[in-house]
Amino acid sequence: MKFAIQVNEGPYQHQAADSAYQFTKAALEKGHEIFRVFFYHDGVNNATKLTTPPQDDRNIVNRWSELAEQHNLDLVVCVAAAQRRGIVDEGEAKRNGKDAENIAPGFRISGLGQLVEAGIQADRLVVFGD
Amino acid sequence: MSILHTVNKSPFEKSSLDSCLSMAKEGSALLLIEDGIFAALKGTAKESQMKDASQKLKLYVLGPDLKARGMAEERVIEGVEVVDYAGFVDLAAAYDKVSAWV
Repeated sequence: MKFAIQVNEGPYQHQAADSAYQFTKAALEKGHEIFRVFFYHDGVNNATKLTTPPQDDRNIVNRWSELAEQHNLDLVVCVAAAQRRGIVDEGEAKRNGKDAENIAPGFRISGLGQLVEAGIQADRLVVFGD
Repeated sequence: MSILHTVNKSPFEKSSLDSCLSMAKEGSALLLIEDGIFAALKGTAKESQMKDASQKLKLYVLGPDLKARGMAEERVIEGVEVVDYAGFVDLAAAYDKVSAWV
């Protein structure tokens, strides 16, 4: 079965960011397909590679990047939510005259159309938020 | 259409459980996750409401979220089934849609 996941909350802020990861991992372990994970609202903060949690804490950002690499996941960050919160890739940095980018490996910035498409293409859309 | 409803708020903090129970149709299911697990515990003011709900809905609670809050499975109301994340995935696949009462 094809799942799409929506994450509305940031890491270390709300359990939704952890729950979404655990659900995604369990679905992959069961052999399901993850069509896309869409990061919306404060959820875009899951995509900054500048995150440096203490060594004895889970690294929520790296965890997503690693899962994406292992399973070729499509991790999409909402562009408007990302701009507001300073989540920037190379293209967005150039377009907005910023001198740095901070998007973590495996994530890409795109628009809300990607969420709509995920809702249409996937068999189930599972939302994690506050 | 059968729906898997997820509630992630304590019923003593927000009214999302009440909203969910008032809208959920017979044959659907409710999965309590995160702080929602407090609705699954015996002896609270919500117990009778949950027992009533079990007449028309299948009730589940996420085991890892019970454990994270120090709640033993023995404290869960009869009629509420404990599932893990794999069980959550199975439920999401078994019902036609998943509706998060966030």
